Amino acid sequence: MQEIIEKINELFENGTVNRVLAWKTGEFDYERTPAVFTKEDGLDGFSYDSFCAANLAKYLILETKKEGKIAILAKPCDTYNLNLLIKEHRIDREKVFILGVPCRCKIDVEKIRAKGIKGIKSIKEEGDTLIIDTIYGEKTCPRQEAIQDKCLACQGRTHVVFDEKIEGGEPANVEKIDRMAEVEKLEAMTPQERFDFWRSELSKCIRCNACRNVCPACTCTTCVFDNPASGVSSKANTDTFEENMFHIIRAFHVAGRCTDCGECSRVCPQHIPLHLLNRKFIKEINELYGTYQSGEDAQSKGPLTNFTQEDAEPSIVYTKGRV
Amino acid sequence: MQKIGVFVCWCGSNIAATVDVKAVAEAAKQQPNVVYATDYQYMCSESGQTLIIDAIKEYGLTGVVICSCSPRMHETTFRKAVQKAGLNPYMLEIANIREQCSWIHKDIKEGTEKAIILMTAAVAKVQLNKPLIAGESAVTKRCLVIGGGIAGIQTALDVADAGFEVDIVEKKPTIGGKMAQLDKTFPTLDCAACILTPKMVDAAAHDKITLYTYSEVEAVKGFVGNFTVTIRKKARYVKENLCTGCGICTEKCPMKKQPNEFNMGLDKRGAIYIPFAQAVPKVPVIDPDACIKLKTGKCGICSKFCQVQAIDYTQKDELIEKKYGAIVVATGFNLIKLDKFGELSYGLCPDVVTSLEYERLMNAAGPTKGHLLRPSDGKEPKTIVFVQCVGSRGNSCKEKSYCSKVCCMYTAKHAMLTKDHYPDTDIYVFYIDVRTPGKNFDEFYRRAVEQYGVNYIKGQVGKVYEENGKVMVQGSDLLSNEQVLIPADMVVLATAIEPDESARKLGTMLTASMDTNDFFTEAHAKLRPVESPTAGIFLSGMAQGPKDIPETVSQAGAAAAKVIGLLAKDKLLGNPCVAHSDEMLCNGCSTCANVCPYGAIEYQNKEFRIPGGVETRRIAVVNEAVCQGCGACTVTCPSGAMDLKGFTNRQIMAEVDAICK
Amino acid sequence: MQVNETAKEQFRPVIVAFCCNWCSYAGADLAGSSRLNYPADVKIIRVPCSCRVNPLFILRAFERGADGVILCGCHPGDCHYSTGNYYTRRRMTLLFSMLDYMGIERERTRVEWVSAAEGAKFAATMNDFISTVAKLGENRKLRDLRCKK
Repeated sequence: MQEIIEKINELFENGTVNRVLAWKTGEFDYERTPAVFTKEDGLDGFSYDSFCAANLAKYLILETKKEGKIAILAKPCDTYNLNLLIKEHRIDREKVFILGVPCRCKIDVEKIRAKGIKGIKSIKEEGDTLIIDTIYGEKTCPRQEAIQDKCLACQGRTHVVFDEKIEGGEPANVEKIDRMAEVEKLEAMTPQERFDFWRSELSKCIRCNACRNVCPACTCTTCVFDNPASGVSSKANTDTFEENMFHIIRAFHVAGRCTDCGECSRVCPQHIPLHLLNRKFIKEINELYGTYQSGEDAQSKGPLTNFTQEDAEPSIVYTKGRV
Repeated sequence: MQKIGVFVCWCGSNIAATVDVKAVAEAAKQQPNVVYATDYQYMCSESGQTLIIDAIKEYGLTGVVICSCSPRMHETTFRKAVQKAGLNPYMLEIANIREQCSWIHKDIKEGTEKAIILMTAAVAKVQLNKPLIAGESAVTKRCLVIGGGIAGIQTALDVADAGFEVDIVEKKPTIGGKMAQLDKTFPTLDCAACILTPKMVDAAAHDKITLYTYSEVEAVKGFVGNFTVTIRKKARYVKENLCTGCGICTEKCPMKKQPNEFNMGLDKRGAIYIPFAQAVPKVPVIDPDACIKLKTGKCGICSKFCQVQAIDYTQKDELIEKKYGAIVVATGFNLIKLDKFGELSYGLCPDVVTSLEYERLMNAAGPTKGHLLRPSDGKEPKTIVFVQCVGSRGNSCKEKSYCSKVCCMYTAKHAMLTKDHYPDTDIYVFYIDVRTPGKNFDEFYRRAVEQYGVNYIKGQVGKVYEENGKVMVQGSDLLSNEQVLIPADMVVLATAIEPDESARKLGTMLTASMDTNDFFTEAHAKLRPVESPTAGIFLSGMAQGPKDIPETVSQAGAAAAKVIGLLAKDKLLGNPCVAHSDEMLCNGCSTCANVCPYGAIEYQNKEFRIPGGVETRRIAVVNEAVCQGCGACTVTCPSGAMDLKGFTNRQIMAEVDAICK
Repeated sequence: MQVNETAKEQFRPVIVAFCCNWCSYAGADLAGSSRLNYPADVKIIRVPCSCRVNPLFILRAFERGADGVILCGCHPGDCHYSTGNYYTRRRMTLLFSMLDYMGIERERTRVEWVSAAEGAKFAATMNDFISTVAKLGENRKLRDLRCKK
């Protein structure tokens, strides 16, 4: 972290940037929220550690419209979204200094709480163990068991776009999961089981739009659901159909663009596994049109704005995976 | 609020027999904003149209629904009618209750119910219709012809004679194309050069025609009436304005080792060369891959001998940008490559030649000065076998499925010309069918069989191989059901024709559709055979499909007539049902432009007032003159900023709602 | 009159067909002028190109009571706008796979390529699609479950 602070101060001093988009400590010791630090006010409260899960990429849309150049701290996974935003002309590359920061997978405090560890005051890392100071005394938890779901499915990516990169930190000792396993599990169910699964999940949706607001691919000035001419504008789910539709369309609009950053599920207050919708599209795209990782570059045509003459017919859906 | 009139047509008994038209009209009266509904025997008739016009005036209608035959039939008719009544022609919707209802349903109850639903959907849509005004665009009165063969030359001459400027872009150093390589032409046996070269000279001398030889089309932008084309004029290393065409440079060039393309590689040319004696323009070109001076900086002999200092080793490719109103594709053809036809020994045995090579061997200006000498040892062949349909009319992946059309006739020509010069030659022709549909074509073929004694064998050739200085041809004679083995001195392969390799790239640039064989497709196979479906693009010659010279010349003339018809107009009326981006909703993400087949979407930075200041946003702007209204962009746009006029999201949803009610 | 009795009870699906103006709509017209029968359950909406069909339209149709939605366009390679149906093909493949993933019967959606000359194919396609959807019965999954019985 010291190296990062030094680098930011250097960028401030040599006039490269006048602001930096990063994380600061929140109300609780283990809470990190996105924040913009200015040259004038300094880095008071700045923090970069295993709790900085939030993807900052989307904040750049508004930030790059402001005066002067801004630096962004970008984890490897975040840089994929930066590429997408650059490709879609949503941010002005000239006004951003991308400072790559290392990542050894982020900690999900909810997972620690789920283990029955309550009254958490602070969390320290010692190698592969978390030392948790609670009002009931000190507890421990293996780091692996508290890793964010989205990090478990992370492809172990490297920074794909950056101006400068800070190497370092000890390598993460994290066991990754097969990100498609959950999708495959659903695919293996009967249609009725799948329907029941999604009904029970999506009926929890309160249409708070957290998924939409956090998604770094969901960057419309005005969302189609807020556009009266679209014929589907709605502020709340008034019936079960709308619960389904909102999430189908949300996933469809980011299909081929979603980098699988997992932010939608991370922020959902109702714990709906929204990433499973996005991953279904990723899986289909990879299987039908060739492996495509959104954000790997800032030039390639996305799979839905591209085609080959030999593409599969939609009828493949009837036969694919049919038992 | 809309005032809608609904008009239900009986179409005599075509509709009225299975749809209760009165019930449909009655049901229409119950629809929101419908102030008038009626039925009539023939809405499209003079009196039917008068009925509509009168009702519009009497009831002050703002929208009209006609329940009748397909809009593909009478939409234009009814649009004109409502326009006569002072209504915008796009305030009209048609409910197709004939082709899609009365004609397919027998039960009157079922038919009537469906007709009512279709009417309801049309009424729901027309509620949301907005007056649309077709944009106008000016026409650039200049035509580009791509390809300088007989097709391109003829089109250019015809357009230029009508008084319009024409530019011909030809990728070879000379115009003339494949026809210039031919010896004589069937069925009259005119010498190709004698009838073509005067036209080449005419084209070059025409004050309305500009030739860009050794040039290629690099980029095409724009739309009908307003194309902007970038032409790459390749470096010739010879100044066209100074060169007199004396040819001394080509004689003195020490690098005479290059295969001569014009003679199908049967002899050699220098690094600086004029393709053939009658080339237009008669200006040499330096082959940069062969020229020692260009490669190593040494030599420069041609420059020393040139008396007018026309050689310029420093010449660079030149990019020329010009505007055109119409573009004619006349890119012609090539013979297919025969590397996958190993059984025919082409390339292995020098005495197995393609028909175009044979054409050069027969030609007085060819590599053998017109003496028929076989390539391997320079001897006169005594037995020649012609093989038809090599690569044509086949099912395998290496073959073309189509008939190359000209081979039957030129083979008969080759056989007769050979017999004329060398009467004691034995000639065999292996064929699947002999196709001679054309004026004087069958007579021509029969002359070969009956007067010249050419041996036609119905059957295909299985194998060609070299043995003891002979070319052995093994084939089957289907009529006598026998295998035959002919020891020949030469074999001529009637090789299939395919579009020039530049066609596919050009098709993409022009957004002109092509078939699976890369032939350009016509807008309508029967009724619009010389136009591409892309407005402003016209087709001439083999680029559209195999055809012989008379057909090519007539098609070239037809394409010219279409071009003249277009260029004679001062303004073009566009299709107003085009995409439109709502700048307040647009993100400027460029996804729409990625799927636009016409390049109709551009982006600009625009300032918007926002609370507390001004914000600059990148927004999409549709060029309405370029947009063809497919709607691909509207679906790819996530925010719904992009919508299609005449088929808006809300209009289509209104139809959906009405149908599903 | 037994036939009529059963016909009365028979479930009649609501089918929405989106047809592109240049091929499939013309194909439907040809089916009509050739008097090729198919049930009245299908209602056609004319669109300029199959690529104009937004997934929203398909979902909307299901919401409002459609039991099946079929999308017809020019054969790949024959699109009037050169490339429209290629995009349609990818979009609909993904949309349909998502509907299937959410447990909606996959047979309720279909894409068919019907040229202007294929009147017979149009009628046959509609007959087949209608009978497939009729067998599935009423669409309930993509509607408001709370309002329907």
